[in-house]
Amino acid sequence: MEWKDEGIILAVKRHGESSAIAEILTATRGRSLGLVRGGRSRQMRPVLQPGNIVLATWRARLEEHLGNFAIEPMELKAGLLIGEAMRLAALTTLTAEAQLLPEREPHPRIYEAMRVILDALPDADTWPPLLVRWELGLLDELGFGLDLARCAATGTSEDLAYVSPRTGRAVSRDAGRAYHDRLLVLPQFLKGIQAGAPGPSDVIDGLKLTGFFLDRHVFGPRGVPAPESRHWIVSHLATR
Amino acid sequence: MRRTTGPEIERLIQVLAKLPGLGPRSARRAALHLIKNREKLLVPLTTAMEDARDKVTICSDCGNVDTSDPCTLCRDPRRDRSIICVVEEVGDLWALERAGAWNGLYHVLGGTLSAVEGIRPEDLSIARLVERAGHEGVKEVVLAVNATVEGQTTAHYIIDRLKDLNVATSKLAHGVPVGGELDYLDEGTLTQAMRARRPF
Repeated sequence: MEWKDEGIILAVKRHGESSAIAEILTATRGRSLGLVRGGRSRQMRPVLQPGNIVLATWRARLEEHLGNFAIEPMELKAGLLIGEAMRLAALTTLTAEAQLLPEREPHPRIYEAMRVILDALPDADTWPPLLVRWELGLLDELGFGLDLARCAATGTSEDLAYVSPRTGRAVSRDAGRAYHDRLLVLPQFLKGIQAGAPGPSDVIDGLKLTGFFLDRHVFGPRGVPAPESRHWIVSHLATR
Repeated sequence: MRRTTGPEIERLIQVLAKLPGLGPRSARRAALHLIKNREKLLVPLTTAMEDARDKVTICSDCGNVDTSDPCTLCRDPRRDRSIICVVEEVGDLWALERAGAWNGLYHVLGGTLSAVEGIRPEDLSIARLVERAGHEGVKEVVLAVNATVEGQTTAHYIIDRLKDLNVATSKLAHGVPVGGELDYLDEGTLTQAMRARRPF
C-alpha cells in the first residue's frame, strides 16, 4: 500500500529514541497517522512541527497497519508563528481541534479552510472570524452542523439574532426576545450581512456559539476539555 | 525459547535494554562486559546506583536533581539570585551549565503544555515559578524553552502568568546555529534570524 498527499502536521509523538509518530491532516485522505523513522533527528525536528505543510508518502504492507511516513517539507509555517502568542494560540487550537476528526476519512473542506487560516494568521484582524467559521465547518463535518438559515420558530430568514442551545437552529430577534437570556447570540458576520470586519465582541460571540456546541457534542462525550489556547484567544479578544 | 543464561542475567539484560541508547543486542553486550569486569565495573556501578537511589532528590526550589535539597546550584552564594532561567527538563539545565552560559538560578518546569499529551498548567511547576518570581530581589525571568510549538506555547503562557509581577521577562534568541549553513536551515529559523539581525 502506498499513497502520496500534501497535508498539515497536527501533532507529533515521540516513538523510541529516534523516531516519531506523526499525525497529519491530508488534503484528500483526512487525518492519517504514520511512523517517521528518524523523526527526532536534527534535520526532521523543524519539519515535524504542528502547522507545517508537508508532502507525505505513506507506505504499509496492509491498509490497517500504522505504516511509515516519508515526509518532505513544503511550507514550514510553525517557525513563523511561534514568536507571537495569539498566532500560536490559534495554531494550537486549530491543530488540537482538527484531531477530533475521525481517522482516514476525507474532509477536504476542513483541510482547505485550515490552509486559508494558516495563511491568514499573520493578520490579527482576519483569522479570528475565520476560526469561528472553521469551527462551524468542523461541527458540520462531524455531523453536528447548526442551521443558521431560518428561524426555528417562525421560518423567517430575516433578522436572525440568536441560536437555540437546544436545537442548534437560528431564532429571529422577535421570536427570541422573551427568551434572549437563555439563547446564544448569533453574530451578524456568520450570516454574511455585516458590513466591514467583525469586531472582537462579534468574534467572542461566535466562539461562545461554536464552543457551546463543541463542548456538548464533541469534547464532552469524549471526556476531553477544550484546548487551553482557545480560552486564551477569548480572553485576549476581550481585552482588545 | 530455549534459555541460554540464568534468570538473573536475563533480568540484567532486560533492565539495561530499557536505558536510552540501548536495544536488546547492545544491552546483552553491556551485560556481558559488566560481568567480565566484575570488580572493575559491576561492583562500582552497583554501589553508585545504590547511592543514587538513596541520596538523589529533587530540589524543592528549582526542580533540579541533586543529592541535597536545596540543590548545589540553589545554595551556591556566587550565583546571581535576581535572575531565574526557566528550562523544560533537567537535561536542558545541564546543557546550559556545560556551556557555562548562565550564572543565575534555574527553574525546571518538568515538561511543556501539550493538548496532545493532556499536560495542563497544573501538571508543570508553573505555580512554584510564579511564587519564586514574586520574591523580593528577582528582577528577570529568562525563558529558555525549546523552539517548538509546545515549548513556545508554554513560554507565552508563563509570560502571561508573570505579567502582574514586577519582573522583566526575556526569551532565548532564535537564529543561525554555530557552524550552520543557510542553505540547510528551515524557513522559520531563517526568518527569525533575519528579524533578529543586529548592527555589525
